[in-house]
Amino acid sequence: MALVCVHGPLRGLAGGRAEQEVAGATVHELLRGLEDLHPSVAGWILDERGIIRRHINVFVNGERSGEETAVAAGDRVEVLPAITGGES
Amino acid sequence: MTELLLGTKKGLFALEGEPGSAFEVRCRAFAGEPVDFAMRDPASDRVIATSTSPFYGPKIWLADDPAGEWTQAEGVAVPDGGDQSLERIWVIVPGEDGNLYAGGDPGVLFESRDGGATWELNRALWERRVNEDWQPGGGGLCLHSIVPWPGEPDKLAVAVSAAGVWLTEDRGATWCRGNRGIVPRYLPEEAREDTFQLCVHRMERATRDPERMFIQFHGGVYRSDDAGHSWTAVGEGLPSDFGFPLALDPSDPDSAYVIPLAGDFDRVTPEGHVCVYETRDAGATWTPRGDGLPSAQAYLTVLRRAFDRAGEGSSLQLYFGATSGDVFGSGDAGASWFTAARRLPPVFSVTASA
Repeated sequence: MALVCVHGPLRGLAGGRAEQEVAGATVHELLRGLEDLHPSVAGWILDERGIIRRHINVFVNGERSGEETAVAAGDRVEVLPAITGGES
Repeated sequence: MTELLLGTKKGLFALEGEPGSAFEVRCRAFAGEPVDFAMRDPASDRVIATSTSPFYGPKIWLADDPAGEWTQAEGVAVPDGGDQSLERIWVIVPGEDGNLYAGGDPGVLFESRDGGATWELNRALWERRVNEDWQPGGGGLCLHSIVPWPGEPDKLAVAVSAAGVWLTEDRGATWCRGNRGIVPRYLPEEAREDTFQLCVHRMERATRDPERMFIQFHGGVYRSDDAGHSWTAVGEGLPSDFGFPLALDPSDPDSAYVIPLAGDFDRVTPEGHVCVYETRDAGATWTPRGDGLPSAQAYLTVLRRAFDRAGEGSSLQLYFGATSGDVFGSGDAGASWFTAARRLPPVFSVTASA
């Protein structure tokens, strides 16, 4: 189990807890697992293709990661909206 | 009292007022979020809005009162595991038996039979979209116009930019194209005959004569007298036949209103002059209706869903918003205009109810 920390407005959809344990061998599996635990999060982080939305960042143990990044037991996975500027 | 629901780049604005004077902003919802479209469902009186968060993607929301709590609708997605994702919901339209339709990008049609709480993708049109070469227009592959047939819930027409007009007579179980007569002048002459790359900007149906329809095309205004199977160009007499929105007077099947822009090379009101054009003879002639609109140094862009009407006949109300944040209205079928609101965020859509 990895420890998933969901930030920003997503936290309320993901059960409201600061962190929670979720099973999965990759970031994609983990995020799908999060959707299984909290169906209201479906569509907010991963799109229908299973791709992390463009302005959402996922970090595994502090490193920016993609859908296929491997996740091990005890890893800390943070999900947060990106800091996106430039367009008003 | 007339209510305007404005989808803007920075939220939903609900305005109230009487034709002839400036409207009040009653409330704002989804502050900071792009709201593509909002409408009041005549069956439930609820407000239904669509937003496309740059972070979290497109969603549909419902509220009894736009100033109150909003609930996210379910089922607003394309099939999982493919190579497409839902990009945007462009429009929501009431059907003929209490149902609702929603159209969006990538060329998708959804139906709700529970007042907008849950939605189901129209699979037959989706299969056509997947199996055929549908090309997007500048705004994406958007299904932006949905026109039911009054009193006949099985009949429906939709328009897609840039995949043309689609017709069904079995409530969406099967679809056929309805494009005969449309000339895409943006393609080389030899490529026009067989193409399906048809960039319809807006389509409407005449309430009292459902076989009569109009479209504002990407260069051309067209009329159909056979329920959208074939089309006749009727843009002669306009300063430009390029534009996006279109509105009809429900009392008069020969009526249509368009807002010409200079052209696809310059998508602003021509010569800095804002003017609506009206026909009452099915497009044979067009009359400028600009009394009260900015007549100089006004280079506005009016998007495809940013023009709507309420009422009909001599009391027809017309409203349109521009990306400048200005909203204009008429309470006398276009004979005169007033400024309903100014200095709002760029207006994506307008719906009116009185």
